[in-house]
Amino acid sequence: MHNIYIYILVMAGVTYLIRMLPLVLLKKEIKNQFVKSFLYYVPYACLAAMTFPAIITAPSAVATYGGVIGLLPGLVGFILALLLAYKKKSLIVVALAACAAVFLVERILSFLILGTLI
Amino acid sequence: MNKKEFKEGMRDGIPIALGYLAVSFTFGMMAVKDHIGILQAVIISMTNVTSAGQFAGLDIIVAGGSLIEMALTQLIINLRYSLMSISLSQKLQKGTGTGKRLLLAYSVTDEIFGVSAARKGKLNIFYSYGAIAVAVPGWVLGTALGAISGSIMPAFLMSAFSVAIYGMFLAIIIPPAKEDKAVLGVVLAAMALASAFAYVPGMKKISSGFAIIIVTLLVSAIAAILHPHVEEEEVSDHA
Repeated sequence: MHNIYIYILVMAGVTYLIRMLPLVLLKKEIKNQFVKSFLYYVPYACLAAMTFPAIITAPSAVATYGGVIGLLPGLVGFILALLLAYKKKSLIVVALAACAAVFLVERILSFLILGTLI
Repeated sequence: MNKKEFKEGMRDGIPIALGYLAVSFTFGMMAVKDHIGILQAVIISMTNVTSAGQFAGLDIIVAGGSLIEMALTQLIINLRYSLMSISLSQKLQKGTGTGKRLLLAYSVTDEIFGVSAARKGKLNIFYSYGAIAVAVPGWVLGTALGAISGSIMPAFLMSAFSVAIYGMFLAIIIPPAKEDKAVLGVVLAAMALASAFAYVPGMKKISSGFAIIIVTLLVSAIAAILHPHVEEEEVSDHA
């Protein structure tokens, strides 16, 4: 067991280096066509991989009800967010709509299954 | 110009801050439950600004693990940030100096990267600074609230906020996927492969941080081979 601040220093130091080195070392524009194309696709692949299936499994209904029912709030939130994003709504509108959908579906499930709203 | 970019960044930082509140609240709660002080929990959030990395770090501190273990765990879980930094290094406006880059590196998170990568044309670093200026206080505040209250934030609110970040990501990736079939293919393939890492026995063993790296590398490389992206000349900045 070390002093907690030494742990924090190592955590923060390693994380900072990971983020900092590429930003500072890569100042020139990369010319290679493959690398350029690769980097063009990176944000989409990365954000898509982080979003799905995480959006379905994030709400607490997954732990409360389990099974397919537990996945419903996230699924409704996902579909609503997809529709609004497709219509090019802003970040905050899509984000809050997904939250609202999860909130409503969880209240409905709670009322139907547990007989209480919260 | 920089001021306008900063303001736009702040606006896009709002949904990020909301999503952060929910996640960091949980972190603060767990830290205190693990007998880590409120102040230390807040310092971890201020200096790291990572989610999975901080939770894993917490486990190691509580278990009294070695510093090597801590360093390696952070390296593996947070390695995806280096991919994001590589991507941003090519997106930044020419002439963005080292000092400015050192500051941005403080907070290259999934979300800050997401909104920064979605900017049209080159990235003015002040846009990212604006988003960070709103999002990171949300991260730190959530940690403090979670640590202080233990469990006052209603669980049903935390559950709803937990999808804010993902809604935002969809708002970033879906519109370009509508215009560009190759991007649509990348999005669908990445989601399918990420699902496989979440549910297929065997693949499930791989940590989520590492799974994201594998999916990103694989899908982007295949897309770059099958469908090389030809850049149109940068349209003059929407001034």
